[in-house]
Amino acid sequence: MWDIVSHIFPYAIAFTVPLLAAALGGFFSERSGVVNIGLEGLMVIGNFVCAVTISKLQPSMGQGAIWLGLAMAAAAGLAFSLLHAFASISLCANQVISGTAINMVASALTVFLARTMTGSGNVRITLGFVPFDVPVLCKIPVIGPLVFTKSYATTWLVLAILAISWFVVYKTRFGLRLRACGEHPQTADAAGVNVYRMRYAGVLISGALAGLAGAAILVTFSGEFNGTVAGLGFLAMAALIFGNWKPLGILGATFFFGFAATLANVSQVVPELSKIPGLVLKAFPYVVTILALVLFSKTTQAPKADGEIYEAGKR
Amino acid sequence: MKGLRDLFTALAAVILGLLAGAVLMLAIGANPLEGFSYLFRGGLMNIERIGNTLATATTLTLTGLAMAFAFRTGLFSIGAPGQMLMGGLVATVIGLSLHLPKWEMLTVILLAAMIAGSIWGFIPGYLKARFNVHEVVSTIMLNWIAYWTVYYVIPAHFKANLETESARIPDYASLKVPWLTEMFKGSFINLGVFAAIVAAVVISIILNKTVLGYELKAVGFNRTAAEFAGINVPMNMALSLGISGALAGLAGATFYVGYAVNMQIGVMPSQGMDAIAVALLGANSPLGVVLAALFFGVLHSGKGFMNAMTGIPPEIGDTIIAIIIYFAATSVLFTRLFDGLRARFRRGQ
Repeated sequence: MWDIVSHIFPYAIAFTVPLLAAALGGFFSERSGVVNIGLEGLMVIGNFVCAVTISKLQPSMGQGAIWLGLAMAAAAGLAFSLLHAFASISLCANQVISGTAINMVASALTVFLARTMTGSGNVRITLGFVPFDVPVLCKIPVIGPLVFTKSYATTWLVLAILAISWFVVYKTRFGLRLRACGEHPQTADAAGVNVYRMRYAGVLISGALAGLAGAAILVTFSGEFNGTVAGLGFLAMAALIFGNWKPLGILGATFFFGFAATLANVSQVVPELSKIPGLVLKAFPYVVTILALVLFSKTTQAPKADGEIYEAGKR
Repeated sequence: MKGLRDLFTALAAVILGLLAGAVLMLAIGANPLEGFSYLFRGGLMNIERIGNTLATATTLTLTGLAMAFAFRTGLFSIGAPGQMLMGGLVATVIGLSLHLPKWEMLTVILLAAMIAGSIWGFIPGYLKARFNVHEVVSTIMLNWIAYWTVYYVIPAHFKANLETESARIPDYASLKVPWLTEMFKGSFINLGVFAAIVAAVVISIILNKTVLGYELKAVGFNRTAAEFAGINVPMNMALSLGISGALAGLAGATFYVGYAVNMQIGVMPSQGMDAIAVALLGANSPLGVVLAALFFGVLHSGKGFMNAMTGIPPEIGDTIIAIIIYFAATSVLFTRLFDGLRARFRRGQ
């Protein structure tokens, strides 16, 4: 049993990291009061931009192209999320419809561009992050082999972002204002906070993080852009709700999904797991999410104005 | 006035979507006029292609109606892909297991697909009504559960030679009928087209002429007021998503045992998401949905021809549809413009 766990743990972490980054993106957006169902599409954009950047610059830049790719992906996600912010904040559009439009534009547009570039619609990269053992720390019993072996650079980057996000949202003036806009925008406005600006900030941060998440998929375990991130963006949204809109809750929820998905993926090669039908393993995270939503429905801590359109003239 | 304004908004969204498509074609060095001419010719140039357009529009009409119906009750269900898959799965399973005369077979298949879809729609409806679980999240989860169900059930019990698809649907279980196929010179058109028309009429009657429709719309306009007026809001929400699911399940049957000859695994049907565009563009009215579905049907069945003739990637069709949704979502811009123009027009008189 320990063998299986210690063997799949690094994979589970690698799978968790993009989910975590995207869910943190959703955290910023929803805390400011804007539902961002477009996470999926923003991840696709990040995935695509990162793939193009790396495949173009790898010959001249080598390893540095990966980091530049991550930065470009975050920038592209941020730029693309402007569309969502403009529609849902400035034009008071239905946030779910606008987010859905983002998803559809992203997946159609990126494949369209990829096809004009490569002909097949896929962009493959031959260079990605190589998993490494963290020196010293990987020698710690139990935790060492689980967490500090075969880890990717993106893992530590995203964990750092998690810590920074917690600090920014709970310990700074900006964070307090952001949360106020998600809980009660009218009051925040009365206190002199520019609700529109804060919500723009929330959505743009979510775009950058979702773009980074899409890139993290590419440079760790996938290695190829193929026009989809297979529902990870939606799963990140579910993780946000599952984690009750709190950073540590999100970490727990995304790791749960990451672990469950990895179990399902490796079940074929692990004799103990292959007895369980594949359908049960694959559907497990989704069923648990629904059950969790039912269980937590009474105690939900959703931002009160989450998804509500804010119009300054309306009190 | 509302009808005229909806029409103005829809046309503005379509025109801007097509313009964006033209810009993209220019960006990759293609000629937009040539591209669009092949796109529309590909959907309409002969009787066979018109048949294909109608067949594509059939599924889109049904999923669009499903979406619009839930919208009217104020519910944003994006469960159409999963409901389509469940309807299609049940239709495929029955088609490959039972052996009945064609008409009995088709009746059983369509009814079963509608029941399967409506169960898949009723679950999020019930969860919303009873536990206030947000329908967007629960329908997304159910979509993936349906996706994996198809992924494992088809290869385990209903495959033929390939692992990735079901055996071919026998003729007596297919919605394709010889006279219709011959009339349209061998296109994908099938009896589903009549199912879609009937569904549009029935939904129109339910929404406009029945107590049920009145209550559903009342819940959509103002939930609190509806409750105050004595309407059972939770039951109406569950019922609305159940009916919506039945429509999407029917769409699944018309696609998997009508349009297609077998069921592929590992594909989330894009018609489920395109339905959002259809419903939005059609302003959630059954007639509008039919017109929007026909328009998207042309785009979808013409994009392959355009790709073959000009080398423009077929995804331009999907991109245009997606951009149209974005503009339909930001329709407040156009309604303001429309109201402004109208005010100016009045002053002019």
